[in-house]
Amino acid sequence: MKTIISGKVWKFGHNIDTDAMAPWKTLNAGWEERSSSVLHIRPGFIDQVGSGDIIVAGRNWGCGSSREQAAENMKLLGIGAVVAESFGRIYFRNSVAIALPSIACTGVYDAFGEGDEMEINLNTSRVFNLTRGIELKGEPYTPDMLKIIEKGGLMNVLKERMSEHQGG
Amino acid sequence: MNMTMAEKVMARASGQAQAKAGQYVTAKPDRMMVHEAFAACAWILKSMGIKELYDPNRVVVMLDHYFPAPSVSMADVHIMIRQAVEEFGIKHFLGYSGICHQVMCESGHVIPGRLILGTDSHTTSYGAFGAAGTGIGQTEMSYVLATGEIWMMVPYTIRFHLTGGPVPGIMGKDIILQIAGDYGTEAAQYRSIEFYGPVADRMCLSDRQTMSNMGVEIGAKFSFFEADEKAVAYVRKRTDEPVDAFGPDEGAAYEATHIVDITDMEPQVAFPHNPGNVKPISSTGNVPVAQAYLGSCTNGRLEDIAVAAHILKGRKVHPKTRMLIAPASKEVILEATKCGYTRDLMEAGAHILPAGCGACPGGHMGLLGGGEACISSTNRNFRGRMGSENAHVYLGSPATVAASAITGRLTDPREFWNETTV
Ligand code: SF4
Repeated sequence: MKTIISGKVWKFGHNIDTDAMAPWKTLNAGWEERSSSVLHIRPGFIDQVGSGDIIVAGRNWGCGSSREQAAENMKLLGIGAVVAESFGRIYFRNSVAIALPSIACTGVYDAFGEGDEMEINLNTSRVFNLTRGIELKGEPYTPDMLKIIEKGGLMNVLKERMSEHQGG
Repeated sequence: MNMTMAEKVMARASGQAQAKAGQYVTAKPDRMMVHEAFAACAWILKSMGIKELYDPNRVVVMLDHYFPAPSVSMADVHIMIRQAVEEFGIKHFLGYSGICHQVMCESGHVIPGRLILGTDSHTTSYGAFGAAGTGIGQTEMSYVLATGEIWMMVPYTIRFHLTGGPVPGIMGKDIILQIAGDYGTEAAQYRSIEFYGPVADRMCLSDRQTMSNMGVEIGAKFSFFEADEKAVAYVRKRTDEPVDAFGPDEGAAYEATHIVDITDMEPQVAFPHNPGNVKPISSTGNVPVAQAYLGSCTNGRLEDIAVAAHILKGRKVHPKTRMLIAPASKEVILEATKCGYTRDLMEAGAHILPAGCGACPGGHMGLLGGGEACISSTNRNFRGRMGSENAHVYLGSPATVAASAITGRLTDPREFWNETTV
């Protein structure tokens, strides 16, 4: 996975919960049905969002359930990264596990307007507003988390570990 | 070093003498609780050619979110889960016993001082017995099932000192709702909570479970009460493993201590669509409810049903309201029946549903239609949570649910009964 990510920003508010990202009734559905209700709180979003776009959110993005589909749906929508003031804890862990870049960054909500261009350096968690010339410092990933993201997710880490194990 | 409860558990789980808040460790959990997410885990593991789990005896598999199966496709998923349980040699299959968190406690898997990971956010419930329970997703669970370990941060701890009262008509639910309202839904983000003080000491285990359960609604990773004599006695009856009292060291370091004085507390209600949108019952106004829902891992225990039975005995559920009761476990239904509570409730017009998650996550058995309002003893009222995106879910205590069922609108339970006391 690339460690420099850039894209166009979409803005969401505070306390956007997992049920809004992945409603219960769609959890076991195929992507076509599932996609139609991702972030249904903002009608039309899934038709407008483009591959590689970035979500900027307020506090507590992904609060609520352990359902991994919340983070997974962002990935399937083509979201390149989510940068929020803060994250629900399990959502954050899930996004690391499936290698969806998620940066907690104080001040990001006010520093970006919708449509601004953002660049993120995953190694340093520095976040740049290329449109307005602002630089912010997000919470850095630990080396372990970065390794999981770079390898494309925890399952790839497990695969490697298993093959090492089998190789003796 | 004097350690918090979280630090003590994480030290033990990572094989160290000490652990300090902020430190990252590789932890080996004592138990892994997996509900229907086990279908995904089994699929992930099998697709990677993994045939053996790290330790099948640490794994407990449940069926609760979709029990009894609401569709043929879910019945097929259950078949696949049961097959995988056999293939992986998992002995602890508790598929038909009730809601995962209640059943984990009833069946002796929740032991003070242990680390328990579950594929469910409300795994924090186990803190009521001094156990460090927390939720993870299915990919991380698959990794833990295969390797027996996972990265974790040792969380900082905040304390809530619960004092004042006793107050008639108040339950643990009201206290945790008031905390969510006053301190916000991020009060404990990434943190461990320790509830303590005189109110915590005299609180029944069931109310402690409610509060630990909803710790995650204010962001908590763990949500502890000290495992005192009451907690130890409960657990000892349900396991052969050694069970000891468990609490923090004297002089442990806390990030913050909040004092919650319940002396003047009223019953609390969370308004749509967030558990932190809380008002005291006296300022809720006239809110008609089409459904009164009593159940879930938060408030589906015998104590909760007893409260509802006392309020509803000899009275009737309002003709424009339906009251649904989904007890947290089969054991709870049996006990409630022996005590006569189910009869009292049914005579009042309530429906008793099978033990399971039911309508709580928007699954089945009692979903809400567009425009309907529900007073619910569950833990979340996100938009669309219990059915239609245009429905309104209000969260309250079992007493508030029962009282509102009688009048057909949000109602102060103290109008009917004032014995519930914390
Ligand atoms: S009862 Fe509700 S909150 Fe509890 S485990 Fe089931 S779905 Fe989750």
